Amino acid sequence: MKQSIWVRLWRWTIISFVAAYLLVPLYAMFDFSTKSFGLGDKGRNFRAWKMITEQTDLWPAITRSVITAAIVMALIIFLIVPTAIWVHLKLPALRRPFELLCLLPLAIPAIVIVVGIAPLYRWISINISESPITLAGVYSMLILPYTYRSLSAALDAVDIHTLSEAATTLGASISRVIFGIIMPTIKTGIINGSFIAIALVLGEYTISNILNFKTFQVVIAQIGRNSGTVAVAVSLASLLFVILLLLIIPTKKRQGTVLDVDIA
Amino acid sequence: MTQLQYKGTGSANGGTGSRYWKDKTGYLGVLPFLLFSGVFLLYPTWNVVSGAFKDNYGKFSTATLSEVFNSSIARHAFANSLEISVKTAIFGAILGSLFAWAMSMGKPGGVFYKISVALSSVLAQFGGVMLTFAFLATFGFNGFVSTLAVKYLPNSFLAESAWLYGKTGLTVLYTFFQIPLMVLVFLPTLENLKPQWREASDALGGKAYEYWLRIGIPVLTPSFVGGALLLFVNSFSAYATAATLISLSDFLTPLEIATALTSETGGSNPAEAKVLSLFMVIVVVIAMALYALMRKRVSKWEQER
Repeated sequence: MKQSIWVRLWRWTIISFVAAYLLVPLYAMFDFSTKSFGLGDKGRNFRAWKMITEQTDLWPAITRSVITAAIVMALIIFLIVPTAIWVHLKLPALRRPFELLCLLPLAIPAIVIVVGIAPLYRWISINISESPITLAGVYSMLILPYTYRSLSAALDAVDIHTLSEAATTLGASISRVIFGIIMPTIKTGIINGSFIAIALVLGEYTISNILNFKTFQVVIAQIGRNSGTVAVAVSLASLLFVILLLLIIPTKKRQGTVLDVDIA
Repeated sequence: MTQLQYKGTGSANGGTGSRYWKDKTGYLGVLPFLLFSGVFLLYPTWNVVSGAFKDNYGKFSTATLSEVFNSSIARHAFANSLEISVKTAIFGAILGSLFAWAMSMGKPGGVFYKISVALSSVLAQFGGVMLTFAFLATFGFNGFVSTLAVKYLPNSFLAESAWLYGKTGLTVLYTFFQIPLMVLVFLPTLENLKPQWREASDALGGKAYEYWLRIGIPVLTPSFVGGALLLFVNSFSAYATAATLISLSDFLTPLEIATALTSETGGSNPAEAKVLSLFMVIVVVIAMALYALMRKRVSKWEQER
C-alpha cells in the first residue's frame, strides 16, 4: 500500500513521541548510574555498577526470589497443569466453574489479597515457619489467570481425549497419561505460562513488602534509601537481563503468549 | 500428594470405556487444587468480603463500613485513585493504540515491529520499584531531564521536581506502563482489520476519512474501550509504584489500605483495611464485567476471520 506523505509524517510523529516517552527514562537510568560521586570524582564512571556486588542484602534476596519462583513453577507443573488436564479430560461439567475460579484473581488486586491473607500468614510464620512457601502459594494464585489462558489454549489445540483413550487402551495408568503423554504435547503452553510466572515473581513488590519478606524488589527499594545510584544501576541491570532472556526465547511463541495473556 | 490422588482414582479404572468417565470419583482429582486455592485465594477473598462487615473483634457491625464511607480522608484517596486511573487509562489507550497503528503500518514481521513487541511485553510489566527509580533518574533531583532543564529552561516546571511526587507525577509514571500494555491488547484487533475492507471502500469511491469513520473506528471501538478498561483496572490496583514514590500514606486507596494494615504508629486497623479493599474490589469487578462485555463484541469480529 502506498502511503501519503501525511500518513507517514503522522506515523513518525507518533513513533518518536512514544519512543521518547519509553526510552528517555531508560537512558536516564544509565546516565544517572554513571554519574560522578561527590567532589573527588570527575566525569563518568561505573562505581555504582561495581558497588552492586558489595550489596550484602542483594544476593540473598535474589536467591530468595528465585527459590520462590521455583516453588511457583513446581506448583504450576504438579498442581495446576494436572488439574487443568483432569478437568478438560474428565469433568466437562466443571470447566466453567474452574475457569471462573482461575479468572477470579483478575478481580482481586494484589493489595486486597494481602489484606485477606495477612492473618493466615501471621499464623503460619508464628506456628510453623517463615518460609517462601506461603508467598509462593499466593503468587501461584495471582498468576492463575495467565497460566490458565495459555494452558487452555494449548489444551484446546490438541485432541487430548483421543490421546488419553489410546494410551489407556495400551495400558497406561492415569498418571502416566497426564504426566507422560498430555503434558509433553502441551509443553509450549506450560513454558509460556511459566515464563510469565517467573517474570511476575521477580517483579513482585506489593505482597512481599507488606508481609515483610525481603525479596528482590523489596531489597532494591531498600538500597534506594541508602544510595540512589546503586539502586538505579541494579534496576537497569535486571531490566537488561529480562530483555536478554526474552531475546533468547524464540519470538513467535512468545508473541503468541503475550498477546494471549491479556485477553482474559 | 497430587500424584497419589491420580493413582488412587486411576486404580478404580477397572472397567474401561465411557462408564468410568462418568464415575463420581473423578471429582476427587480436583480436590488438591480446590484445597490449595481455598487456602490462598478463596479464604482471603472471603476474609475481606465478610471482614468488611465486622468490627476488629469479629462481631457483625457496619460501623467501620459507614465510618470509612463517610471519612473525608478515604473519599479523598478514592477520588485520587479514580482520577489517576481514568486519566492514565485514557492517555495510555490513546497513545498505545496510535503506536499500535504505527506498528501495523510498517513492514509486518520487520525489525521495528519485532523490537516493539518485545519491548512492549517487557515494559508493560515494568511497574513498581524500578519504574520509580527510572523516573527519579529522569525528572528527580539531579536527574537527566531536570539537569538539562536547569541549564536551558530554568523557569519551566521541569527544572523543579516537586511535580513528580504528586498526581501529575503518578499519572506520568503509570502511563509509562499503560502504553505498552495497550499496544499488546490492541495490536491483534488492529491486525484483524482486513485489507479487503479498505480496498472495497476505496473501490466504491470512499475517502480515507470515510473508511475510518464508517469502518475502521466502529470495528475497533469495542477493543479500544475494552483495552481502556483493562488499563483502568491495572492502574487502579497498582500499589508498588506509588508506594515507592509517594510518602503520603493516605494519598491513594491502595496506600491507605497498606497503612491501615501495617501502621506502626497509629496501631493497625484490619477492619478498615478490609472495608477499603471491598470498595476496591467492587470497582474492579464492575470494570472487569464491562471488559468481558466488550471482549464478546471483539470476538464476534475475530471469529469471522
